[in-house]
Amino acid sequence: MIGVLQEMLSYPFLVRALTVGLLVALCASLLGVSLVLKRFSMIGDGLSHVGFGALAIASVVGIAPLYLAIPVCIAASFLLLRMSESTRIKGDAAIAMLSAGALAIGVMVVSMTTGMNTDVYNYMFGSILSLSAADATLSIVLSGVVLVLFVLFYPRLFAVTFDESFSRATGIPTRVYNAALATLASVTVVLGMRMMGALLISSLIIFPVLTAMRIGKRYLSVTILSAVVAAVGFILGMIVSYVYEAPSGASIVCVNIVLFLLFAITGAIRNAVTKK
Amino acid sequence: MSLIQVNNAAFRYDGKEVVSELNFEVEHCDYLCIVGENGSGKSTLVKGLLGLKTPYSGSITFGEGLTARQIGYLPQQKESQRDFPASVQEVVLSGTLNSMGIRPFYTRAQRNNALTQIERVGMLQHKNAAFRELSGGQQQRALLARALAATQKLLILDEPIASLDPVATADMYHLIEEINKHHGVTVIMVSHDPHAAAHEANHVLHLEHQQLFFGTASDYRKSDIGKRFLGGEGR
Repeated sequence: MIGVLQEMLSYPFLVRALTVGLLVALCASLLGVSLVLKRFSMIGDGLSHVGFGALAIASVVGIAPLYLAIPVCIAASFLLLRMSESTRIKGDAAIAMLSAGALAIGVMVVSMTTGMNTDVYNYMFGSILSLSAADATLSIVLSGVVLVLFVLFYPRLFAVTFDESFSRATGIPTRVYNAALATLASVTVVLGMRMMGALLISSLIIFPVLTAMRIGKRYLSVTILSAVVAAVGFILGMIVSYVYEAPSGASIVCVNIVLFLLFAITGAIRNAVTKK
Repeated sequence: MSLIQVNNAAFRYDGKEVVSELNFEVEHCDYLCIVGENGSGKSTLVKGLLGLKTPYSGSITFGEGLTARQIGYLPQQKESQRDFPASVQEVVLSGTLNSMGIRPFYTRAQRNNALTQIERVGMLQHKNAAFRELSGGQQQRALLARALAATQKLLILDEPIASLDPVATADMYHLIEEINKHHGVTVIMVSHDPHAAAHEANHVLHLEHQQLFFGTASDYRKSDIGKRFLGGEGR
């Protein structure tokens, strides 16, 4: 396996893809801890569909995809946040509507102009080849910013994740942190989308934390485990993708399924042993 | 001046009046119990006291240098907290956030404060335990410690015994009484149980969309409204 990894690292575009992907996977898994525990996982899914629509339009209009998709996704994330907080409209149904709508608009725009070409296919299912050198630099910088902000806001993110009403009552501006969380998640989703594909990017947010929660019991240990699971899952997934010439996104998700099952079994055994 | 002074306050939700004609005050070291049926306006009033909802008319004034940030709050437990991975220490520590300013990480003083509060509620031996694996009573104690970590002035407890068994309920009442009497923390407790109000607290506010009774617990036991709700046990 080390040999395969060495072979992979001899291709510059793969080194680029691995660096960006690893950083994005770390961002997604860390933000995922808050998103999943706050019951916001659907937002990640919604964002990826909106991101697909934005990327499709950008490729038709001829703007650099990231420059359009990132602001559009941030705007959409605020909307999604409002929807999930609102008690009047059914939040989950509204999110499903928005994401299906954005996906449909993206498909329509593309099929009426350039046709369903490989670009669109790549956006749906992900491809590591779609990452240009300029995109890679921007992705590395942005995901670095996301990671730093996550660490700096860690205690506050814990507080608003665990108990929003308590935090609000003691004067913590929870709306600001929710908005920050949504913004960081949007950036992460857009950055990871072309590698993972619009249909699979939300798995980077959801899988690692759920896997980590099978074993971790404290917030810090779940956070760290989640990051480790994401990194291991990503690298193993890329190796599988390289060896079997499979799409990177699907390979990573499949490795994550295996990791989840392993952790679930370990957790169940441990619980059974400690109960005795 | 009182710690909290409520003058003719009324609250609305979606244009509908939920509770009105509120007139009461809370003094330092009081133990006030707000009772009433579900939907009588208790939770709305709590939101008003916490500064999360502004009164539609009338006013709520804080005295003795109290600000909304210095209220420790024990909310009703939410479903999402049941499987939340966090240790007792992590939960209690998050109560000290309001004293953190712009610093990104907890200080030693905040950590010590958290440990002190954990000890105060008798949970020191469980400080590293997983919150989701605690019993209902232990979870409430941990959340009480978090509220105390946020403030030493005023605690607002929203149905603190809602899901507890009789033993845990008695323990919780005992703990609240101790915090109120021996540590001089003013307590406002919301409850749907008038019996608890009449026997645990020293003041009672009975709500039914408006204020039915406000006064001391012993007056409440003698009052008509008190007798009606307590089923004659006050006699």
